[in-house]
Amino acid sequence: MKRQLTGLQRALAAFAGGFALLALIFEFASTEGAPLPVWEFPLAGTFLVLGVLAIGRIWFQLPLFIDGALSVLGAVALLLALDTLQMAGPGYWFALVSTWMFAWLFVEQLAASIRAGRTSPTLGMLIPVVFGLSLLLIWEIIVRAASVPMVLLPPPSMIWTRILTSLPTLTADFLQTFKAVLAGFALGCGSGFIVAILVDRSPFLKRGLLPIGNFVSALPIIGIAPIMVMWFGFDWPSKAAVVVAMTFFPMLVNTVAGLNASSSIERDLMRTYAASYWETLLKLRLPAAAPFIFNALKINSTLALIGAIVAEFFGTPIVGMGFRISTEVGKLNIDLVWAEIAVAAVAGSAFYGVIALIERAVTFWHPSVRGGRT
Amino acid sequence: MRGLFAGKTVPVLIVLLAIVLFWYVMAVVMNAPWQETLNGRANLTDVPLLEFAQQTWAQDKPVLPAPHQVAGGIWTGLFGSAITAPRSLAYHAGITLGATMLGFALGTLLGIGLAVMIVHNDASDRSLMPWIIASQTIPILAIAPMVVVGLGAVGVTGIVPKALISMYLSFFPVVVGMVKGLRTPEAIQLDLMRTYNASAWQVFAKLRWPTSVPFLFASMKVGIAISLIGAVVGELSNSAGGGLGVRLLTGSYNGQTIQIWAALFIAAGLAAMLVILVGWGEKLANRRMGVRA
Repeated sequence: MKRQLTGLQRALAAFAGGFALLALIFEFASTEGAPLPVWEFPLAGTFLVLGVLAIGRIWFQLPLFIDGALSVLGAVALLLALDTLQMAGPGYWFALVSTWMFAWLFVEQLAASIRAGRTSPTLGMLIPVVFGLSLLLIWEIIVRAASVPMVLLPPPSMIWTRILTSLPTLTADFLQTFKAVLAGFALGCGSGFIVAILVDRSPFLKRGLLPIGNFVSALPIIGIAPIMVMWFGFDWPSKAAVVVAMTFFPMLVNTVAGLNASSSIERDLMRTYAASYWETLLKLRLPAAAPFIFNALKINSTLALIGAIVAEFFGTPIVGMGFRISTEVGKLNIDLVWAEIAVAAVAGSAFYGVIALIERAVTFWHPSVRGGRT
Repeated sequence: MRGLFAGKTVPVLIVLLAIVLFWYVMAVVMNAPWQETLNGRANLTDVPLLEFAQQTWAQDKPVLPAPHQVAGGIWTGLFGSAITAPRSLAYHAGITLGATMLGFALGTLLGIGLAVMIVHNDASDRSLMPWIIASQTIPILAIAPMVVVGLGAVGVTGIVPKALISMYLSFFPVVVGMVKGLRTPEAIQLDLMRTYNASAWQVFAKLRWPTSVPFLFASMKVGIAISLIGAVVGELSNSAGGGLGVRLLTGSYNGQTIQIWAALFIAAGLAAMLVILVGWGEKLANRRMGVRA
C-alpha cells in the first residue's frame, strides 16, 4: 500500500531537496577571500548529495526516519564546517535551510504517522525535542556564521562553557535567591490558603474581599520591591517579603473559588451523613478544590522566581541571581548573564515540574489527568 | 439594611475602609521610631498621642506614608506640573502606557497566530506547546535588563525593547486561551460544517473564531495586566527613557517613599483602567455577536 503524502509534506520535501541542490550550486564558503568549495567539507557534501537524491521520493517511498537521519547529518556537518570557514557563503545558508526543512518534514511525518496509529505514541516525545534542538542549532549557527555581536546574543556553546567554568558563582547565587523564593513561596501560599479557609466561613467577607483580591492580583505588585528592600534590609528576607505579597492573592482567590467547586448535591450528601463542618471540609471541599489550589501553586511558582530576582535589582548583598544579572549586564559580560538565565530557566521549569507531578499524584481523579494527553 | 449587605458594593467598601484604617495605624507604628528621634532632638517630651500620630502622618520621608500623603503625591504628580514636564507623573504614565499597548498588541497577534497554527497542524501542536509552557517558567522579567541593554547596544532603544518584554509576557495567556477556544466546537458542529462542504478557512471564520471570542477576551484581560508589569520592569534598566518604572527606581535611590507609592498607585490605576477597557470591549463584542448579557 502506497502511503500518500499530504500537500504540506510534499511541499516540504520539494523545498528540502531544492535547497540542497541550490547549496551545491552556489559558493559554499570562503576564507580570506578565497572561495572554499563544498568538496572541502566531505560531510556537508555527503549530506547535500543525499538530500538531492531524496527528491526521488516522488517515485519510491522513503521511511520517515531517513529524513530524521538526514537532518542530523546536516546539523553535524554544518557545525563541523563552522570551525574552518571564515565567511559563510550563500551555499552554507541554503544548506542550513535544507537541514531545517528535513527536520520539519520528519516531525510532520512522525506526527501524521502517530495520528494514524502506525507509530507508537511514546515516539511523540521526540517531536518537542527535535524542535528544541533545531532552535538551538539555528541559534548557534546564525550567531557564529553571521558573527552577530556577542553583546546581542552569545552562541549556546559559549553559554555552556561559561556555565561549566563559573559553577561556584552560579551555585552561590542560586542558593541565595532560592532561599528567598522558597521562604516567600511557603509563607505566601500558606497564608493565602489559611485566609481563604477563614474567609470562606463568612459570606460577608467573601463578597467584600474577593473583588479586591481579584483586582490586586492584576496589579504590578512587583513595584513594591523597593519598599520592601527599605523595610526589611538588603538580605534575602526583603526578597521573601516581595514573593509573599506576589503569591498571596492568586492563592487566596483560587482557593476560595475552589472551595465553592463542590456542588450542592454533594454537600447535601455530606449533611445526610451528619458530617461536621471540618469533615465536610477535609473529605469533600478541599479535595474538590485541589485542582484550583494546584493551579495557584503553578502560577505562583513562576511568580516567586520573578519576584525574588527582580527584587534583587533594588539592592542586595553581593550575591544573588538578580544582582549578578544586573551588574554583569553593566560590565557587558553577557555570557555570564545568559548562564544565570539558563540556571533560572532550569530551576523554574524544575519547580513547575515538581508541582505538576505532585498535582498528578493528588488529583488523579480529575478528568484533565485521566484524559491521557495533557 | 439587609438588601445593602446582600450586594457586593457595601462589603467591598467596608473592607476597603478597614484597610485604610489599618494603614493609618501601621503608619503610626512604623514611623514612630524616627518621629521619636526627631522629637528627642527638638526636646519635645510627652507629646500627646493624637498629636504624635499626626506628626507621624506628616513626615517628609516616612517609612510608610499615610494614605492622604500618597493621595497628595498622586495629585501633585498628575496635576501639579505641565503634562510634558519630567516631574509630571502623567508624562511617565503616558510613556509606560505606550510601551504596554504596543507590547500587548504584538503579544495578542503572536498569541492568536500561534494558536491558529497549533489547532490546525498536529506537528506544530506537539512541537510548540511544551516549549510555550516552558517559556513561561523562565523568569523573563529577570532578563529584562539584558534585553534592554543588548538591544540598546545595537541601536534599538526607546519603546521597542520594553514592548518586546511586554509581548513575551502577554502572548502566553492568549495562546493558551485561544487554543482552548478554537478547540471548543464539538464534533457534531464540525460534522455539520463538513455536510455544508465548508473549506478549512470557512470552518475557521464561521465556527472556530466566533466560539473562541469569549476565551480571547478572558485571556486579553490577563495579558494586558501582565504586559503593564513587563513595561514597568523594562523601564528599570533604562533610567534615561522615563516611565513609571524609572520613578520607582529614582524614588528608591533617594528614599522618596511618597514618590514610590504614588507611582505604584498610578500603575495600579492604569492596570485597572486597561482591564476595565478590555471588559467594555468584551461587552461590545458580545452584544454585536448576539450573546445575551
